[in-house]
Parts: sequence; C-alpha cells; structure tokens
Amino acid sequence: MAYTEKELQKELETKEYEYGFYTDIESDTFPKGLSEEIVIAISKRKEEPQWMTDWRLEAYKIWKEMKEPEWANVTYEKPNFQDISYYSAPNSKPKYDSLDEVDPELLDTFKRLGISLDEQKKLAGVAVDIVVDSVSVATTFKKTLAEKGIIFCSISEAIREHGELVKKYLGTIVPRKDNFYAALNSAVFSDGSFCYIPKGVRCPMELSTYFRINQAGTGQFERTLLIADEESYVSYLEGCTAPSRDENQLHAAVVELIALDKSEIKYSTVQNWYPGNKEGKGGVFNFVTKRGLCENHAKISWTQVETGSAVTWKYPSCILKGDYSIGEFYSIAVTNNYQQADTGTKMIHLGKNTKSVIISKGISAGKSQNSYRGLVQISSRAENARNFSQCDSLLMGDQCGAHTFPYIEVKNKSALVEHEATTSKIGEDQIFYCNQRGINTEKAIALIVNGFSKEVLNKLPMEFAIEAQKLLEISLEGSVG
Amino acid sequence: MLKITNLHAGIEAKEILKGINLEIKAGEVHAIMGPNGSGKSTLSAVIAGNENFEVTEGTISLEGEDLEECSPEERAHKGIFLSFQHPVEIPGVSVTNFIKTAINESRKAQGLEDMPAKEMLKEIREKSDLLEIDRKFLSRSLNEGFSGGEKKRNEIFQMAMLNPKLAILDETDSGLDIDALRIVANGVNKLKSEKNAVIVITHYQRLLDHIVPDFVHVLFNGKIVKSGTKELALELEQKGYDWIKKETTV
Repeated sequence: MAYTEKELQKELETKEYEYGFYTDIESDTFPKGLSEEIVIAISKRKEEPQWMTDWRLEAYKIWKEMKEPEWANVTYEKPNFQDISYYSAPNSKPKYDSLDEVDPELLDTFKRLGISLDEQKKLAGVAVDIVVDSVSVATTFKKTLAEKGIIFCSISEAIREHGELVKKYLGTIVPRKDNFYAALNSAVFSDGSFCYIPKGVRCPMELSTYFRINQAGTGQFERTLLIADEESYVSYLEGCTAPSRDENQLHAAVVELIALDKSEIKYSTVQNWYPGNKEGKGGVFNFVTKRGLCENHAKISWTQVETGSAVTWKYPSCILKGDYSIGEFYSIAVTNNYQQADTGTKMIHLGKNTKSVIISKGISAGKSQNSYRGLVQISSRAENARNFSQCDSLLMGDQCGAHTFPYIEVKNKSALVEHEATTSKIGEDQIFYCNQRGINTEKAIALIVNGFSKEVLNKLPMEFAIEAQKLLEISLEGSVG
Repeated sequence: MLKITNLHAGIEAKEILKGINLEIKAGEVHAIMGPNGSGKSTLSAVIAGNENFEVTEGTISLEGEDLEECSPEERAHKGIFLSFQHPVEIPGVSVTNFIKTAINESRKAQGLEDMPAKEMLKEIREKSDLLEIDRKFLSRSLNEGFSGGEKKRNEIFQMAMLNPKLAILDETDSGLDIDALRIVANGVNKLKSEKNAVIVITHYQRLLDHIVPDFVHVLFNGKIVKSGTKELALELEQKGYDWIKKETTV
C-alpha cells in the first residue's frame, strides 16, 4: 500500500501527549474569581511590601478597563476570568535544604519527565530553580552564584529582599498598560524568577527554571525579571511541560530583560505545555509578553522551541535603544492537531548602528495553524540599522496552514532590511529515500524536521538542544502501526 | 540470492512489469539494459519495496525469504541497497549524520548497539578515501546543492558504508563525467565480493567497461526479452534497441 500524504497525516494525528499525567500534590488554592480583595490577598500571602500591593492594585484597575486583543490569527473560546483561581501553591511549603525533603511525588513527576533533580544536580554547571504551581520548591547552586554577587531567586523573594532593584525595573520594559494579559499578569502574578548579574560578571553556569502548571483550573501568571548590569553575561534557560488537562488553562506570563551597556543576555525557552487532545479539546492558552531592552553595545538573543499549548500568542521582542546594540530571535514553532500558534518578534531599532537577526522555523501538521508575525521597525534616528529576517515553513499533510505576517516600518534611509521566506513540504520521496536506507518513517520525519530546524537548534545550549530535539520528535511522531 | 518469479507490478491499474523472471547468485554482477520506459526503474523500485507500486502477481525473494510483507526499511535491513537515479535533498541533515542514522537504525533492527563513534569514524575515513571524497563534503547537507556527479558518488559512499548484500545501481552513470565514472566504478569493484551481488541498470555500455557484468538482460515492455553475457551489451551498443524490438514483435 502506498504511503500517502493522508496516511502520514493520520500518523501524526495519533500522537498523544506523552507527559499526560497529573501529580496529586495537596495545594492551597484561592477561590475562583478576580477582585481587588483577591489582588490584596495574593500580595498579603506573599508577604509583600505596601508599594507592591499598590502596584498590583493599579494594574488591576488598568486591566478592568481593557479588552482582550483579537488581532491574532487564532480562534478560541475566551476564558472566563471570573472562573479562574488566581493563586495556588503546593501545601508543604517550607524551603528545602536537600532533595530528600522534597515531596517524593513531585520528584517522581520530574523523573517521569526525564529531568530528575538528581540528574539536574549532577549536571555540572546548571542551577535549577523549579517553579511548580507558582512557588519555588527547590533552589540549587545558589551559593556559587552568591559568591559572584549574582542574585537568582524567586521574584517573591526578590520583592522582599531586593526591593530597590525590583522597584527600579519592574514594569519598565513591559508596562502594566502594555496589553490586556500584561496588565492581568501585573495584578495577579504569583511567582517567577528574578536574576541580577553585577557589573563585569560572567555568569559561570546556565541558569535554568522549569515551569509547570499543575493545579486544576489554576491560571499561571509567571513574572520574570532579569537584569544584566554593565559588561556582564548570562545565559538563561526556561523549560516547561505540563500534565494533561480537560479544561483550558490560561497562562499569561511576562518576562522583562534589561541589558545594560556592553552586557549580553541569552534567553532560551523550550515550551511543551499540553496542546489539547487530537480533537482539539483542552490544552493550555499561552499568552505571553516577553521583551528586552538593550543599552549601548548590549545584546539580547531569544531562542525558543515551542511545541505545546492549544493557543500560543507570543512575541519575544527587543528594544534596541542603545547604539551598536544587537537583537536576535531564533524560533522553532511546531503545531499539530488543532493547535494554533501566532508567534514572532518585534525588533525596534532606536539607536545608531543597531543590528537584528530573525530566524523563524514553523512546522505545521494535522489541522493546525502556524503563523509568524514579526515587526521590524527602524526609527528616524537609527542610522545604519541592519536587519535580516528569514521565515521558513514546513508543512505536513494538506489540512494545516502556515502564515507569515511581516511588518516592516523604515523611517531612516540608511537602513538595510532583508526578508527571506520559504515554504516546503515533507515529500513521500524523502521518506522513501530514508526508508530505503533502513530508517523508518517515524525516524525519517524526526530527521527531516531536525534538519529543517538545525539553524535554531544550534543556538541552544548543548543539553537543552538534546531535550529540544526529543521534544520535536515527540510532538511530531505518530505511533507507526 | 535474489529470485524474482513471474513479477507483475504497476501503478494505479497500469501494468508496467509484465512477468519478470530473474535469478541472481552471490558473487554475480547483472546488467539490466533497455530503452526508455521499458520498466527498469520500476523494477528497482519494486525490489526496494516502494509502496507507490503495486505488485499484482509473482514473488521476490532474498536468500529464500519472500519479501512481499517487508517494508522498505526491513528490506534495507536485510541487505538491499538502491542507489537512486535521482537522490533527494534533505536540507540541514549532513551526509555524516544521515549515514550514521542509517547504520545505527540497521544495527538496532538486528539487536545491536549503536556503532561506537571511533569505529564509525574509521569506516567513514576508509570509505571516503576509497571514493576520493573530500572530508568537507561530509559535513554538507545531504544532496543539497550537489552536482550530479557528487550525488552519485554520495550514493556509492552510502553503499560502501552500509555494505549491502544486494546493491542496485539505477543509472548511476548518468550525470557522471569520465573521471567520476572511473572513481565510482572502482569503488563498486573494490566492494564486490563472493558474498554480495550487484544489479547495474544502465542505458550505455560505457559503465559496463568498468563494472564488467556476468550477465546482461534486456528489458523491453515490462519483460526480459533477451539475456546473455557481456557481449550482448556490446551488440546493443552497435545495433541499438530496434532489432530487439523487431525480434520481440515478430
């Protein structure tokens, strides 16, 4: 029997979420709904100072006046914001000194994900700050970092312990009124990470955080703030997996990066949240605002591998404020079944001699829709600005969609802006060629997809690249019968 | 080694192979010649298990085992190799990575561990030297931007690495200049042993000057209409296919 496009597609559709299990950890969950009282209660629960409570309340006021955006190329049933619980923390909450004290069931969950803490600890040079349902439960390698003066902790801790730094930078890159989800996040963010790299310090290890969503009906509102002081360097990894759920889960994170003069931030994400089942039921809504600011000679690189979520709405961006600053965006977005992704970047060139690179790889299968949306803006005073954009789409089957929405605004004649785009399909002849060399269809698809994504995978730190490759395979392989 | 009995096969109800009989023993080289559209490439695709073609009658067996139920990759694991007439491009996958995957998948099928990196490297060195392949070539994306000659040389390199029992060279000479032809033919000859067999599909005598066949078969209109020794190929070169066509229709 011929191996047709249709069969290939069918195989891809049968791929079930591999990490579809739910960890039964007792949680302390707020009643559903959002009001000033809830905002105050969250702030209180987190033992925050008054300025923070006020900041949240102001955000709540702004949010109440805003409407959900509708311009993205996605359709979904809007969440009922009064039917969401805005705070959830694992019950056994004390800080742990060693892994032995961590809830064994939680450790088991991580083992099933193949990212056991034991391994993580042994993985030389990787400090892991795990965020499970909004509260950090384990922090490692903290001492080594402290010796260099690096602060790496939960944002809650940072608000209490490093209030001045947080106050100075929080909301400066993504203001509360920036967009609907950013305002919501500002009002109710439960936890997240904070990182400060002092002047001239090169962070000796990859900083990494694993996020998970684990409580039925709990929205996840992470807040990340990362500051690289002058002439410093940091590489930050963020990886996510989540248990299978029936109802939609809302995730609206905000990430702010500040790269001061001559500093460099590498921010890598592997995202694998539950994408819904093959009928398109359930799955995470991922509405994220990520943005970084570059001062003179500073550089920010965003690298993302997006394989999960039912709906993704995400545009990690760079404001190239300083002269000679550099922004980079490397992205792989995979959609299968009924997943929808509208993702891309914004490169805002304000300073002179600023440079940006955009490499976007979209892979669509099943009945999914995969959109790239990117803005390249060259302001009038950005002399000699340079941008190169490349958007490649790979299609599998004939029922998915790939879309590209490039926006280019140039107000300075000296700018050089390039945009390249390709669309291709995995061909039966490619599959047969691999089969003939002894490579089965599943492996062949993985090989072709990895080849297609190579330019971006190469940008990830080594151990993350391997994990990302696995994820690509998981997301696209079918159980070949 | 390979036994084809009364093979009928086609595509979408159109019969292309109309009763092929062919037996190939270990240590032999068989050439299959014939005019365009006679079914040469279909025959190689069907032996390799390409599922676009439907076998309606007859059998193909390798070392006594019927291949009917075997997928293309299973046939590959059993030692069938097809050097493609038009090798496909796989962007972003290097020649090295591809061959490594192919070797390890075959080993996995045989219950073996991955080939140790050191051994793999040694093999790659040996085989690329044999085919006069530049090391830089090995890091390039598979067939992407390759010249016709590079593509064919790469096919034979893969053959050398996979060490098949039965190699089918489907018009490997097309697109090769004289030097490349000599290198490829030398490679094939060096890999030749008493344990394996080769089917050379070609239009021309020139490849057969280098890879000398034990038997030559003429395929016409889906059937083998004439078989002989290497002299038959010379005769075809001189007279063309018309006399065969006439002889067949008479």
